Amino acid sequence: MVPLLRVLETIIKISDNIYSPLGNTTEENFSAVMSGISGLKKYYDMFDCVESFTASAMPTRMTFTQMCIESVSQALLGTDIDTTSANVIFVFSTTKGEDLQLWEPAVAVTRHFGNKNLPVIVSNACISGVSAQIMASRLLTAGIYKTAVVIGCDVLSKFIVSGFQSLKALSAEKCRPFAPDRDGLNLGEAAACMILSAVSESKNPNGWIYEVGSMHNDANHISGPSRTAEGSYRCLTDCLDKCNIENLAFISVHGTGTAYNDDMETLALHRAGLESKPILALKVYYGHTLGATGILETIISMQAVEKCMLPTTRTGIHGNSFIKMLSGFGGCNAAVRWSLKK
Amino acid sequence: MKEYIVEISPNGCLICGEPLDCEKTGADLLTELYGKLVGDYPKFYKMDSMSRLAFIASELVLRQEGKPRFTPNETRKIILANNRASLHTDLKYNATINKKDYYPSPSLFVYTLPNIATGEIAIRNKYYGESCFLVLENEEHFIKVLKTIPLESDALVGWVEYNNDTDYKCIMWIEKP
Repeated sequence: MVPLLRVLETIIKISDNIYSPLGNTTEENFSAVMSGISGLKKYYDMFDCVESFTASAMPTRMTFTQMCIESVSQALLGTDIDTTSANVIFVFSTTKGEDLQLWEPAVAVTRHFGNKNLPVIVSNACISGVSAQIMASRLLTAGIYKTAVVIGCDVLSKFIVSGFQSLKALSAEKCRPFAPDRDGLNLGEAAACMILSAVSESKNPNGWIYEVGSMHNDANHISGPSRTAEGSYRCLTDCLDKCNIENLAFISVHGTGTAYNDDMETLALHRAGLESKPILALKVYYGHTLGATGILETIISMQAVEKCMLPTTRTGIHGNSFIKMLSGFGGCNAAVRWSLKK
Repeated sequence: MKEYIVEISPNGCLICGEPLDCEKTGADLLTELYGKLVGDYPKFYKMDSMSRLAFIASELVLRQEGKPRFTPNETRKIILANNRASLHTDLKYNATINKKDYYPSPSLFVYTLPNIATGEIAIRNKYYGESCFLVLENEEHFIKVLKTIPLESDALVGWVEYNNDTDYKCIMWIEKP
């Protein structure tokens, strides 16, 4: 498989973008979150669903393809990346793509930017956005490509809303992650993009550095998290490898606001010895944006570390690294650790 | 390196290229294989078509491998791929939410994620390693992407597509590091 002797590469983040109801740029999004603005609203007749629901929806209906193109275009601004180059790969994170198609719209977005490589799509339910970062880092580490455009997106639809309603997973009001009276999640839509690049370790690169990524299955249930947090705990343990805990600013949790998920994450954090670290839960601003979640919340976490400020509580934080963790249907769990080198 | 290759299509099943004796075809082939060769895992009947296909293929691969089964495994990865994700079940679920006859089915909705198939195999075998589902152009593309995934130990790998009861295909094997 991967050759043992190779030039050691460091994966760094070149650029990013969040395209969401809270803004079209990363800066607009972070400043909205810092100001306590939420995209969540109550919808009574969207998609002809029987019950009303609370969600974070774009001001006008946009397709998956349109959202991805906007987000990637914004992320490319100010970079010198030539997306037509054979050493650029597009990696997608989505659950439902466009009209239930994943491959065709991903190829359409890739070709829109003149890229002729076949895209790679990760479809691992709610962990897809972190899985996509892990897959992108592997494609770069293998030395096949120099740059990866990692794009996560899902749009709201009758399909998704009715499905989560049928599972009784939605809160009628704004979700309350980790609150004792939490009663479900809210859905949201967004696109988020990170552009990653492989740089020789000998060049001692600065900026955001991808340290480690991990995925583990709970081997327990297809639609409920493990009561003992098996997969999530293992992901956290992997992410703590070679990690100076002092430098870990916070853990960016999934924090969906469902009873089971937040309990499971609490247990995973305890088992991994991270109970004293602050946590960052962002669903109250964006809802659960499915394929975008892992990328969107990684980008907001980077902003928080850069500004030494936890946006949810507006308290100061110390440390130059964070872990982003996620769990999803199919018993899957994932986590990544990024650190900022100045 | 590929080992213990299993191929299943609506017309039959090949184990390392050798045809397995089967009477049924189509969707019934999977129930026949379950009854003949597995039989002790009634959750099979709850699964959607793609998960059934992936599950049966995994059982046949792991039987050949011959290692002790159902003991916790920390490192074994499950990596599956296809080009259409869970479209076959997506369309079935879609039929439950049309305007006239709106009754969304939670049991169908859960299977409208392709990675559920990886979860079913992990649960059956107590695999705590990585599970991942990729949507790619074709098998050739899958083999290329697979080469970039680091393997610490033998992984269960497969291309699994279920378009309908007369058009499905699975090739699954153990990939050695």
